Amino acid sequence: MEKILEIRDLAVNYYSDRKVVRAINGLSLDMTAGKVLGLVGETGAGKTTLALSTLNMIRAPQGRIMAGTVRFAGKDVFTMTKHELRDMRGKDVAMIFQDPMTALNPVLSVGEQIAETVLKHEKLGKEDAWKKAEAMLETVGIPAERAKEYPHQFSGGMKQRVVIALALACNPKLLLADEPTTALDVTIQAQVLDLMRKLIRDNGTSVLFITHSLGLVAENCDEVATMYAGEIVEYGSIDQVFGKALHPYTQGLFGSLPDLSESTNRLKPIPGLMPDPTALPEGCYFSPRCPHVMDICLKKHPTDVDLGGHRVKCHLFGAAGDGAGAAGAVGAANSASAANDAGRIA
Amino acid sequence: MSARTLATAVAPILRVNGLKKYFQVARGSLHAVDDVSFDIDKGKTLGMVGESGCGKSTTGRLLVRLHEATAGSIVYDGSEVTKASDREMKALRTRMQMIFQDPYSSINPRHTVATIIGEPLKIHKKVANSQEYEDRVHQLMATVGLADRLYDAYPHELDGGRRQRIGIARALALDPEFIVCDEPVSALDVSIQAQILNLLMDLQDKLGLTYLFITHDLSVVKHISDDIVIMYMGQIVERGPTEELFAKPIHPYGRALLSAIPIPKLNARKERIILKSEVSSPINPKPGCRFAPRCIHAQPECSVADPALRELGPGRFVACRLAEQFI
Repeated sequence: MEKILEIRDLAVNYYSDRKVVRAINGLSLDMTAGKVLGLVGETGAGKTTLALSTLNMIRAPQGRIMAGTVRFAGKDVFTMTKHELRDMRGKDVAMIFQDPMTALNPVLSVGEQIAETVLKHEKLGKEDAWKKAEAMLETVGIPAERAKEYPHQFSGGMKQRVVIALALACNPKLLLADEPTTALDVTIQAQVLDLMRKLIRDNGTSVLFITHSLGLVAENCDEVATMYAGEIVEYGSIDQVFGKALHPYTQGLFGSLPDLSESTNRLKPIPGLMPDPTALPEGCYFSPRCPHVMDICLKKHPTDVDLGGHRVKCHLFGAAGDGAGAAGAVGAANSASAANDAGRIA
Repeated sequence: MSARTLATAVAPILRVNGLKKYFQVARGSLHAVDDVSFDIDKGKTLGMVGESGCGKSTTGRLLVRLHEATAGSIVYDGSEVTKASDREMKALRTRMQMIFQDPYSSINPRHTVATIIGEPLKIHKKVANSQEYEDRVHQLMATVGLADRLYDAYPHELDGGRRQRIGIARALALDPEFIVCDEPVSALDVSIQAQILNLLMDLQDKLGLTYLFITHDLSVVKHISDDIVIMYMGQIVERGPTEELFAKPIHPYGRALLSAIPIPKLNARKERIILKSEVSSPINPKPGCRFAPRCIHAQPECSVADPALRELGPGRFVACRLAEQFI
């Protein structure tokens, strides 16, 4: 299947007073064209940094890309010229931010903002661009006569619709949606997602859907990747991951959620906190919080194990894999057999 | 049924009747809370849900008198909160406390963890000497799971979950019976949110606390509440025992709201009721059902007079003229 986005061994650091924040740590991820990939993780996992890297928008001097490549439709984003980048951003790849208020320009009418993008990327005159802006607003359920109004005259849900209209105005191939409905109420969230699903389906847009809500992933995505401390720790189809989550962190996320369909007295939270990105633990980054931690987890960083397209970065599966990342690399014989046992159980 | 439910006796500790709060704004009168009545039984949790601006936080603040009510009564264990003198109110505040949504802005960044937690002890002269004070602060920190080494730490050194634990310890300092929890986990990540929810439920079991739990997160409210009220534009539209209400919401808004919850399971997606348009303005609201402009079942008479909150079954209240046809 065609890959719209290929990320290989990406590493991104942020530098502040004498501290180095390791935001992304050797991350690889592919996106299949026309699919919606859910990227789940908690605050500080590096979700937004990943999206910004995709647009080559990591700001120097604080932010620095340390290693790796990002290819969009086969082209390396990091070696693109300024001109190529400008063409790509907003046209081929669009982004929807979490907070619609800060994503819109408060001193331009919403119509002008959409028309501006259209003018920049399409061969249209001013008048046609304005018409297109009005048409886009209509698509997202905002009457065309409101195109002359300013962002502050719209409610939160309406503003997010404007942002969606803006993002989809040039028919992007890839949409990066960074928590697009987190700031919205649940009934408005349902409206906005309903609309997004329709537009995505009609245009065949590929979407990276960044969220912390597993519920939204289940309902909107084809594939899912769990992110922890700047890495993808689990990746698979919705059926694979929601059918049987393999990584202890993904399992922990599910356990932390109150279940609507049954009454449980106690939730099973993940103990402890996200590791400090300026001092990541040795071995597996999740090991200090992991209920299944083994000796090897404290010493050796796990590699991806592929179980029929369902990939997991965890020593529990290290010896069960068929080739890459298998037992050969494991030094101590006893921990290898421990991993083997655990792998068999799982 | 769990020990949680058995351990508690049934008697309303709080009775709210006809509570109103209007704010005067440039364009007129903003009806934040408009004729709200409910009871909370001792040792129970009442969950209050609704979307931004529905008046749930204002209601919570009215109960502990952080706002003055425009009309109505709040009777806490026999005392009228709205008419209490400053002295009576100070005494009442030792029994009624509040936990706020944002652990970043609800605590003083210049104070240490111990000072923040211990402040109520000093204000209400609950400790005789500094040894007693320190012991009590250490004890409170242990109760909410804060490590002793954080005694002299400052809030900025801590993460959101620990800061919320400070807020909880401070609320517990005076041994209250009733706590208004205003979105206490909304600002936290899910794994941390679960830790705090477990803590709040453990404290309720141990200390026999009564909660008003305000949130917009429906899965959280279902998990923690015995009873639920759903608010819309300053009014209660539906109220009932948690299990029943979630199993079968009746009010058209309640049904749309519950259908909009995303469920983290395969093929769990149910038929979703997508509401048209958005909440109308709470400033000088028109008479009649506030939800009528968005309701697919609305009839002309819905916009004539406010629908009464009617009891349709034991403990099941619905404010909709057409409620019977949705049962």
